[in-house]
Parts: sequence; C-alpha cells; structure tokens
Amino acid sequence: MHKRFMSIWFCHLTTDRLVIRRPELRGKPFILASPQRGRTVVQASSREALALGIYPGTALADARAIYPTLDVFSDKPNLRDKLLYHLAEWCIRYTPLAAPDSPSGLLLDISGCSHLWGGEKAYLSDILAVLSTKGYRVRAAIADTIGAAWALARYGSNSDFIAKEGKQREALLSLPPIALRLEANVLEGLEKLGFRQISQFIDMPSATLRRRFGDGLLLRLAQAVGREEETFKPIQPKIPYEEQLPCLEPISTAKGIEIALRHVLERLCLRLAREGRGLRKAIFRGLRIDGITVKIEIGTGRASNNPEHLFRLFELKIPLFEPALGVELFTLEGLLIEKVKTAQEQLWHRSGDPAVVAELLDRVETKIGPNRIHRYLPQEHHWPERSIRAAQSLDEEPTTIWPEKPRPLHLLPDPEPIEVMVPLPDYPPLHFRHQGKVIQVSKADGPERIEQEWWLETGPPRDYYCVEDTSGARYWLFRLGLYGNGQPRWFLHGFFP
Amino acid sequence: MELTCEKIDRLRQLRKDVMALEGSIPNKGTRGDFSVKLGPMEAAFPGRTFPLSVNHEFISTTASEAASTQGFVAAMLGMLLRKGGYSLWIGNSRKAFPPALGLFGVTPQQVIFVDVKSERDVLWTMEQALKCNALVAVVGELRELDFAQSQRLQLAVEHSRVTGFIHRHQPRSLHALACNTRWKISPIASQPEEGMPGLGFPTWNVELLKVRNGRPGAWQMEWKEQGFWPLSGRKPIPIKKEERQYA
Repeated sequence: MHKRFMSIWFCHLTTDRLVIRRPELRGKPFILASPQRGRTVVQASSREALALGIYPGTALADARAIYPTLDVFSDKPNLRDKLLYHLAEWCIRYTPLAAPDSPSGLLLDISGCSHLWGGEKAYLSDILAVLSTKGYRVRAAIADTIGAAWALARYGSNSDFIAKEGKQREALLSLPPIALRLEANVLEGLEKLGFRQISQFIDMPSATLRRRFGDGLLLRLAQAVGREEETFKPIQPKIPYEEQLPCLEPISTAKGIEIALRHVLERLCLRLAREGRGLRKAIFRGLRIDGITVKIEIGTGRASNNPEHLFRLFELKIPLFEPALGVELFTLEGLLIEKVKTAQEQLWHRSGDPAVVAELLDRVETKIGPNRIHRYLPQEHHWPERSIRAAQSLDEEPTTIWPEKPRPLHLLPDPEPIEVMVPLPDYPPLHFRHQGKVIQVSKADGPERIEQEWWLETGPPRDYYCVEDTSGARYWLFRLGLYGNGQPRWFLHGFFP
Repeated sequence: MELTCEKIDRLRQLRKDVMALEGSIPNKGTRGDFSVKLGPMEAAFPGRTFPLSVNHEFISTTASEAASTQGFVAAMLGMLLRKGGYSLWIGNSRKAFPPALGLFGVTPQQVIFVDVKSERDVLWTMEQALKCNALVAVVGELRELDFAQSQRLQLAVEHSRVTGFIHRHQPRSLHALACNTRWKISPIASQPEEGMPGLGFPTWNVELLKVRNGRPGAWQMEWKEQGFWPLSGRKPIPIKKEERQYA
C-alpha cells in the first residue's frame, strides 16, 4: 500500500501551552528561560516577544534591555518531550501510528486513514482546526515520505501543504536546503556556494555531491524523494487496566455480584499474568440503575495476579456493596500496578512461602483496617523511640544491625514519671514510687547515657538504668537531665522479662 | 543382640501408638526439624519433647509477670524461628518492643506485629493465622477465651501444624481450655555471678500448671547463652496442690 505521512509543526509549543494554562498571558510578550553556562538564556519566546526581536538563544539581560517589563518563566528541561508525547497520544484518534518528533513536531503515519475524514484535505484541516482551537499555532503537511512532509510543514509555501502521490521531487524543488534536515556544516557549505534552493543541486551527480558534502546530504535527499526507506518509532499508548461487565438485567443479589466480580477479576488477572504484573490496589465499581456508583476498594501488600486471592479480599467487603435496585454495569480498575516478584520455586519449604504469608496479611488488613500490620527494621538512632522503623514490604531486609544494648521487651509508649530516692547523683535509685507503690531496688546496671540527637530535637540527655526489685521484676528507668543543672526528673520507660 | 534391638523398636512403636491413642500428635511432619530445647523442663512432656503444632496457654497477672511471659514466649519463638520463616504477634494493646527480641534469639524482622482493635478481631486474626501453614508460630495476646473458641484454634493448628502461643493477661476466669499446656511465668531475683555487680541473667519461676499426657511441675530457670538453664544452688519452690490441675 502506498505510504502517506503527515508532519505537524508546533511553531511555539511551550509558550502556547503556557498561554493555554494562563489565559491572562495572551497578547503579552513573555519568555521561557533557563540557566546555561552561568547565564540565563531565553529558551522560547512568545509571538509578541518574537515580534520585539527577542529570539531563543538571547541572554536574559539583553532581552530585558529590549523590553524591561518582560515576563520571565523558568523552562523545565523535559517539558517539551512530555508535551509532545501527550500530543502524540492525542493524535491516536487520527491514526494508530503517531510519534513525537523532537524538538517541536509530531509525525503521523496516515496511510489508509484520511478517507475516513473524506480526503486528505479535510483530514488535514480537521487536525489543524482542532489544534488551533486548543490554542496551538501549528502547520502541517502530508507527503509520501517523512522527509518531504517535514520539509513542507516547516518551509512550504502557504498554498500547498499536500504533496501529491509520487510528486515529492516537484514539491521540494522550491524549498531552501535547510528543509532537508541537514547538519549545520553542510548547510554552511551549501550557503557558501550559493545554493539557495533544493532545485539548484537536486539534479547534480551524486559523486560530486558526496565529494563536497558527504553522505549525509545524499541520504537526506534520497529519504525526502522516497528512494531510501526511513523508519519511525510510533508510541505505544498505555491501555488502562480496566475490565467492564455490562448486564442485561440489573443485578441485586450478593451471589450475582460475586459472579460478576469473578468474571472481571479473571479477565484482568489473565492480562496481568501475561505481562508479569500484579495488582497493589484495585477498585470495583457498580453503576446502579438509580444513577449512583457504588464501589469497594482493596489493597495488597505485594503485587498479586491470583484471582482467587484477590476475590477473597473483595469478598470480605461485598456486604458493603449496596446494589439497591440493581447494578447495570460493573467495572474493575487496577489503580496501582506493579511487577510481580516471581521467586524460584523451592523444592522444600523450610521457612514457608512468603507469598502465602503476604496473602494472609492482605486478608487480615482488609478485615481489620489499614496501618495495623507492622514489621520493624532497625534504624541508626540510639534514642529508643526512634531506633525502629516500619518496613515497607515483607522482603525488605535491615540495612543496619540491631542494637546490642539491653532493651526492655515491654516499652511504655510514654515514659511514666516516678519519684525516686537516690543516694548520690550518678547512682541508681534505692527505691522508687510508681503508681502509688514503693518498689525497693536490689540490683542495678547502668547508667547508659543516650544524648538527644540535636539535629532532630534538642533536650537534655537520658541516663538509663536497668534495675531489679527484691521480687525479681526488672525495670528500665531513666533520669532526664543532669544534677547540678536544675532538678532532673526520673521516669519509668519499660519492663524487662 | 538382634532380639534386644527388636524389643526396643517394638517398645518405641508401642509408646507411639499409646500416645496417638491418647490424642497427642507427634512432632514429626513436613517441618519436623524445628525443636524447642527446654532443658530439665522437657521431662514433663510426653515423649520428653516439647509439643509443637498445638496451642500453649500462658497466664499472667502483674505487669512484671506479663513481661516475663513475653520473654519466655520470645525465647521459644527464637528457637522455632532459627531456620527462618515468619511469625505473627497479634494483640490489641501491644507493648512489645522489637529490638529487645534479639536477646532471646529472635531476629526482630521475622516477627510481624498485628495490632487489632478488639478481642474479637484478635481471635479472628489468630484463627486465620493459625490456618496458614507458611507461618512458623503465632503469638496472640488475649484476655478472655472460652472453650469453644479454644477448640476452634486447636482445630486450626491440627490442620496447619503451626504452633500457637496464647498469652492471657489478667483473665477473669481460669476454666479448662482445649490447649495442650497452661503455663505461668513469674520473675525471681537473679543470681549475678560471684563478686560481680549489677544484674544477672533473666531468671524465671516457670510453672507448668497443666499439660496433656504429661506431668505438671515447677522449675526455676535462667536464660543464658541462648538456652534455658536450671538455676543452681537453690531449691525449687513446690507449687501448692490446689493450683495444680491435671488435664
């Protein structure tokens, strides 16, 4: 089939976008600038700024000299590519093959698409109309080759943007050599020899051209007229992880909902399994016949594409799903998708399969609520309250070692104040009073001084003592502050076994 | 010589048969390489081995007893988790501080703490966890438990071969449960080594109040060098007759 390509050129891509975002900038001169080699350089100028003579590449100081009240915005480096990618995604409605063409264009393979709009002319004007109502100033051209479409879009005269089939050469003749996407030194050479139009050198023998300008020029010429193939890489739009199930009759029974859920889950899991991905978060929605959407949501501790497990998680929440008069449409959407960690199958399970443990924890979490399951890892802090952190997943391993110093198995969440009798400043207490009971200390270890971490919080240090009473019960006490520096206070912080 | 070997084998088989008739499950299974070494306390159990894949009940009344019980359970957990795997620690008012578990041979990251809101949820979570054969052990902190609920937990462990530890702090009543053992751990004054200042090793008075097919008893044990050692140089305190219950 005959190939047809379309090239779209956004003349002021980033500035147009800013005007769309902030309509108050319309009609004002402004620029996008970013630092470059120690000075701020204009990256893009609005139409009004261009009219004032502020071109990309000018230093900001020079631009300010031209127009002192110029609005300056910072230019994000990958904004252009992101924007082009989204525009290419948008163009999927016109053709299945679209690609961003950096720095400021799009490339569409429109072979066999334009007749749906009633011819290439209508197709072209439709795209141009929609893009310009959005607020972008664009030019576009259609040709047999990528090179010719590119050239016509940027340097074509205002009348014909559509090169007829097999007539690329004719369309290119009147264009300047820069339209062939040549390198700067080749362009310079052509300029020096007075070649202002492609027609002046297109018929020259290739040996002559190669000798003077290298292979680059010949390749670009061949690509433009269609003697040489040129490839482009179309974007692959992401298909959302969503499954739908419309119902002929409204569903209102729990069993019916379960069947619908199983149905969509199996389809989604099949796709996820093929891609080696799993669900971390999913939402199951039902559109009721009274127009209200009901939903239930689940989360998993690690990505899973096991429909049986996911169904069991949803099953716990089905009583919350109120179908009222009936549900017409069920949708299952994966909100968070991650790669599934596939561990090598072990022949003998000594320690149990972590995936099974993760499934159990998911079930428990769905039942008892979030943030109630914790696994702790050590943190490099001596302050007891800060010495642990919750692990993010079941596979996370500690990055530092656990403290070796004695720590109480039963730590009070808030230290409780106690009254003590201390013989000498640095000694452990002889007895202390806790909750109205006097406890006689028979043995003691310590002190272990833990300083407050000044970069996090300021405060006096704690001197910890492990003490044992006459019955053998052990306590973890600390003195906050030092003697001779105000009156230190004593606290009970935990119990040792 | 051959005859004696045969006789020993037959005796061993007979003992096993009797134990099976009495309702105890031998420890051997898919994960039979776990073992809990309890020193002299092992004599109290049938076949001189600490029974796994059953529920163990622990009773405590005071805060220091609760801490000692946690320590004792952690020590057993440490022996079970030595070969890797995970265990769950379920409670509705948890105070266990993970770094302290290291003293009892437990790598704290092998323990997953589940903090639930109500006793009902503790039971539900405990039952689900005991059914999950990928776990090694489950510790549940509960206050009340009736016979029917304990039977459900027992059924769960029989199926999955997980070991359950139920810690009951200040229970209202001490009725019979479908648990294999009932323990009471209380702290006693430690014995530091001669001439050394400070605290000695953790020392407990371990009372085994009930044990199925075994003989209850009381021991004074010291936890040192990652093992249970009998406290030397002291006479064990005999427990009162009425506190002793035979299952």
